[in-house]
Amino acid sequence: MDDEPIVRWYWIGDHLGYLGHLLADHALIALLPVLIGLLLAVPLGLACTRYPRLYQPLAAVFNVVYALPSLAVFVVLIPYTGLATQATVMIPLTFYALAVLLPTTVDGLRAVPEAVRQAATAMGYGPWHRLAAVELPAAVPYLLAGLRVAAVSSISLASVGALVGRGGLGYLFIDGFQRTFPTPIVAGIVLIAALALVVDLLLVGTRRLLAPWAVREKGAAR
Amino acid sequence: MNWLSWLGDFFSAPDHRSGPDSIVHRVTEHLLLSGEALLYAALLAVPLGLLIGYTGRGATAVTSLAGAARALPTLGLVTLAVLLAGVGDTAVLIPLVALAAPPLLVAAVEGVRSTDPDVRDAARGVGLTHPQVLWQVCLPSALPTLLAGFRTATVQVIATATVAAYVGLGGLGRYVIDGLATRKYAVTVGGALLVVLLAVGAQLFFSLLARYALPPGLRAQRQAR
Repeated sequence: MDDEPIVRWYWIGDHLGYLGHLLADHALIALLPVLIGLLLAVPLGLACTRYPRLYQPLAAVFNVVYALPSLAVFVVLIPYTGLATQATVMIPLTFYALAVLLPTTVDGLRAVPEAVRQAATAMGYGPWHRLAAVELPAAVPYLLAGLRVAAVSSISLASVGALVGRGGLGYLFIDGFQRTFPTPIVAGIVLIAALALVVDLLLVGTRRLLAPWAVREKGAAR
Repeated sequence: MNWLSWLGDFFSAPDHRSGPDSIVHRVTEHLLLSGEALLYAALLAVPLGLLIGYTGRGATAVTSLAGAARALPTLGLVTLAVLLAGVGDTAVLIPLVALAAPPLLVAAVEGVRSTDPDVRDAARGVGLTHPQVLWQVCLPSALPTLLAGFRTATVQVIATATVAAYVGLGGLGRYVIDGLATRKYAVTVGGALLVVLLAVGAQLFFSLLARYALPPGLRAQRQAR
């Protein structure tokens, strides 16, 4: 270990294709759950604003879900979903994403001022039209703020999946550790951070496109 | 594949009742490691966060940096630290501190910044010095936010300390990793369950603390909201 440099550049040069393959796998494992989480969070959030009694218990459940250690959950799922399958890693990540996205969705839907809601009704909007034209757009900045947190955590968490055999770039950590060879580990950390950064920037850009007013109202959509 | 018989096996195995692999010992190791990481993170992040929040300088930079730190994969940091520094508590403490410090830092900054500016002015007006205002006015009103930050940090550290076992250290991760390696799912599931219990316990502990240990004025304020 003493004469081993932290990064051997030629290894990275030799393994570009391999690294790209792991990166693609990582992006799929980490981001598909966030997308599914979003698709689940919007109807659940709507249900929570229609029936406010639903929200307290659901929020409590997801608070606990978020506290569950990822490695522990992966392991508990193995007998049902199999070792080294994508499902073992993606199912828990979906729930983590949902735990982040549900409160932000509800906050966003509740952020519409009552006067605006009534104005929409007075203009003849039915409930569905009002939802699509007023309430959902108002929730967009909140949703995107939640998506940023969920996506970045998911990208970082997915690497733990390597311990149960399916963790995209996380495999580089196991590989480097077992061979006392730091280069793959450094490459893995850098690629994960870069992936997180790119996704985060894309989401910030999406917010600018979909909700340009939120950028001007400083701090409204942190 | 029967859950109850698995857990029965796990809790009744003689190895898990006494000795170095006993449940009590592993839980103690886990809590000590998590506690140590939280202590260092708090010593580092809380004073810095209070100062930044009070002066207001660099607060935006801190918040975005803390967001970026979330992207760092703990497993990668742990394995790298072990290769560079050798197996030992330090190698695991560095990543855990890196995990716990950002939420604490953000909580301290946001907590101090959310102090009512009128109250701060009033405190200055009655002749308190800046350190006194920070200590006697801003710190107490930042407590709820700080406690929430501690809750996030504690839960994350307890959950992530499991990874320490992968590089050969103790704690509850030992059961999870050893059980996986020897294909004894009873051991793995038992260990995982204990980590979950600890994490949920920490969450409850901080909710209770927020409810009963805050200054009465703050509690009343929260109820009024």
